Amino acid sequence: MSWEVVIGLEIHAQLTTQTKIFSGSSIAYGAEPNTQACAIDLGMPGMLPVLNEAVIGKSIRLALALNAEIGKKSVFERKNYFYPDLPKGYQTSQLEYPIVGKGHLEIEVDGEKKKIGVTRAHLEEDAGKSVHGIVPGMSGIDLNRAGTPLLEIVSEPDMRSAKEAVAYARKMHELVQYLGICDGNMQEGSFRVDSNVSVRRPGEPLGTRTELKNINSFRFIEKAIEFEIERQIEILESGGKIVQETRLYDADNDVTRSMRTKEEANDYRYFPCPDLLPVMITDEDIEAVRAQMPELPDAKRARYVSEFGLNDYDAGVLTASRQLAEYYEAVVSQTQGKDPKLCANWVMTDLSGALNKAGLSISDSPITAEQLAGMIERILDDTISGKIAKQVFDAMWKGEGTADEIIESKGLKQITDSSAIEALVDEVLANNPSQVEAYKGGQEKMLGYFVGQVMKASGGQANPGQVNQILKAKLSD
Amino acid sequence: MHNLTIKQMSEKLHAGEITSVQLTQHYLDRISKYDAELNAYVTVTPELAMAMAEEADRQLSEGTAGLLTGIPVAHKDIFCTDGVKTSCSSKMLDNFIAPYDAHVVTQLKKAGMPILGKTNMDEFAMGSSSESSYYGPTKNPWDHQAVPGGSSGGAAAVIAAGLAPMATGTDTGGSIRQPASFCGITGIKPTYGTVSRFGIVAYASSFDQAGPMTRSAEDAAWLLDAMAGFDQRDSTSLHREKTDYAAGLNNSLKGLKVGVPAEYFGEGLDPQVEKIVKDAIAEVEKLGAEIVEVSLPNKDLAVPAYYVLAPAEASSNLSRFDGVRFGHRCENPKDLQDLYNRSRSEGFGAEVKRRIMVGAYALSAGFYDAYYVKAQKLRRLVRDDFTRAFEQCDVIMGPVAPTPAFNIGEKTDDPTSMYLADLYTIPVNLAGLPGMSVPAGFVNDRPVGLHIVGPYFSETKLLNIAHQYQQVTDWHTRMPAQYQ
Repeated sequence: MSWEVVIGLEIHAQLTTQTKIFSGSSIAYGAEPNTQACAIDLGMPGMLPVLNEAVIGKSIRLALALNAEIGKKSVFERKNYFYPDLPKGYQTSQLEYPIVGKGHLEIEVDGEKKKIGVTRAHLEEDAGKSVHGIVPGMSGIDLNRAGTPLLEIVSEPDMRSAKEAVAYARKMHELVQYLGICDGNMQEGSFRVDSNVSVRRPGEPLGTRTELKNINSFRFIEKAIEFEIERQIEILESGGKIVQETRLYDADNDVTRSMRTKEEANDYRYFPCPDLLPVMITDEDIEAVRAQMPELPDAKRARYVSEFGLNDYDAGVLTASRQLAEYYEAVVSQTQGKDPKLCANWVMTDLSGALNKAGLSISDSPITAEQLAGMIERILDDTISGKIAKQVFDAMWKGEGTADEIIESKGLKQITDSSAIEALVDEVLANNPSQVEAYKGGQEKMLGYFVGQVMKASGGQANPGQVNQILKAKLSD
Repeated sequence: MHNLTIKQMSEKLHAGEITSVQLTQHYLDRISKYDAELNAYVTVTPELAMAMAEEADRQLSEGTAGLLTGIPVAHKDIFCTDGVKTSCSSKMLDNFIAPYDAHVVTQLKKAGMPILGKTNMDEFAMGSSSESSYYGPTKNPWDHQAVPGGSSGGAAAVIAAGLAPMATGTDTGGSIRQPASFCGITGIKPTYGTVSRFGIVAYASSFDQAGPMTRSAEDAAWLLDAMAGFDQRDSTSLHREKTDYAAGLNNSLKGLKVGVPAEYFGEGLDPQVEKIVKDAIAEVEKLGAEIVEVSLPNKDLAVPAYYVLAPAEASSNLSRFDGVRFGHRCENPKDLQDLYNRSRSEGFGAEVKRRIMVGAYALSAGFYDAYYVKAQKLRRLVRDDFTRAFEQCDVIMGPVAPTPAFNIGEKTDDPTSMYLADLYTIPVNLAGLPGMSVPAGFVNDRPVGLHIVGPYFSETKLLNIAHQYQQVTDWHTRMPAQYQ
């Protein structure tokens, strides 16, 4: 009998605010320890939190994107536990009244679409971190991160494979970046995925779950879940029991290890934080956010197909990140939408290929959208051929200037003067009398040979259409 | 000089008849003379006081001074003061010097009031007698055998003994009004949200409210003017137009409807206290007020509700005292758990530990609904009582406490009897209403206060009534013989 896998994810998305959720300290990454922690972040006596209102609009954005309920009244509560990196002895979070309620996200795995339920998303403050190895023999505490605004997005246990889990995580990752509410940087911890994994016999109640924490790449999330599924099945099939616990993934050995069991877990003694008023959200607040919502990936994809005539695959690739889509749309718009497909080809193949090779992201591209559009314009107005364009592209990549500058300085302008082309054709025909004979004798495929020779003689710059036309005319004389 | 009203002090300072340096020195001398016995101050700050007095005199001579400039003040040791120890009368904070001022401290510095020092209190404001202080009990200036009340007992004592002309206090369950009653001074707890809590070491955040402790209602109005006002650093601070609390002091009381709840004159109330309170109400009636009977049927629910909710909030508020970043840390902790256990066991006194335990219990899984949620419902019932009562009257009058000051040590072994003695003050905190204690007489030479409670934002009215009452009585001007 087979096993059914049940996975739910908790995603912590760090919100892209300037300052912390309850204080004016900066949340910029990478500062010297404790240089971005004020008296409020340190939990000093008498200090009080004041909500950074920027987090409300960002939460509403997510709610709208997930078709989720919006908590018209959401309440901050205190989650009480002792830990050295938790200065106040409690984390301010939301429990009973989260800001985002039930919603869903649609994923696609192997061509099959599936709706994954989102249970809720709530606002909370991040804790600081313990630092080891700075003070010999002691642990240090860095509170720069304490108070960083997080939106914890909790899914329903709707995923049935590691693949589905990763598809959901990736889709959420793409979405929060599109929404401009999270920078998605997994290395810096701006987007953290915790996976709750269990297995059961189909139709049976949920099995005991384990939680996989602190995995900072999608690839490792998938591997960790795969490993965990196998580990659980092995235990159950040999008559054992799963212990509810938190496990960490060891990428070097591709295994998960126990971090702490739930028996040691705290009673968090949640209660409404008396220092903060409930957050009240009006319909006008929601409409104001809705009016400023960016186009979401699914809508964008559909529009690329209908408006630009792209196929589903290309539309998917180009909308995979907001930055790439924005780049592509800039190229299309600067070429007045004359040939969105041609633009797509250049962005997806030449540009993406070069970026991949150089290990750069689209936002670091040495060729701007404006520059690429300038080059495509020259293809469209027959100044250069697609083949010559590759030379221009390479030169632009190296920073040699705009397409026009490069065409000019390298003399790459296409030859469209028919008398010049005629002269080249005459020369080629005169130099290849036996081939001309053969062509006239019925070997019409010789035409390609002549075209090649003429192009070669022109250094690739003759307009191929004209060459064809003139050759045909001359050969039929 | 210490017998002057604040208005008189202000006039003399502005007229150049006295200087702030003289006035401040006068109080510092009195503190040196009397406080060793009284133990009302945790910290005295003579250098700071004199430096501020000199600055005040400069402003007075330049004509840039305000009404309170140059008049010294004592802060309860719960208000954080930049560069001066803020202990909350706890061993836990015996070494704590805040790098910032509480909003109230900032306001009174701006007003030009030299800081004499920090006054003693019940540890973390948990108590009604100031006996739970790490620095030992404060004595009642009227009778050194008696407690001054609490938790703002030090503040009440320094006013009663003339060791400061004005003092700040906080009132979570009666901590301004009950010591004011016990020490024969005037104290007002404003509507919750009137005075910013920024920089006040939190006990029970949804109840804590700061207010003035002074000789007279007029003095209180002046000080409240400087303390109150919106502060964006406190999310529960109320955004309202600035009130002139002294503006209505001289209004007539004709037609004022005074509600007297039968429940406030029931079993447990000392008959002599009852008589004093009734006499005081009769005096107010003579000034033109009409007495109406009102009912606060849920009065008895207040103390139990408070002793669930306040400890619950306290258990969380006091979690930050963990020995990691500031405050007391045990010697040679062997691991993290040991650091927490010993730092907190050593740093907190018995009453604080008791409330942390009670509060943590009330919030714990499986008990939350039965205690915390239930207590919140009771809180609403108590508040609704007042809402209904104020449909029939403008203010409510009654006793502040069931007895005059009790003896030091009398109730320390019986916390429940101490808790129950707050039965008249606590309902006002549950509802977030303004309440006031006004000196109204003596029982066996120990003072007794009249309790005046009003609807939200009725501080001006309360001060008006108290001031009119003080125009026809002299209880508030009396001082213990040895401190005159």
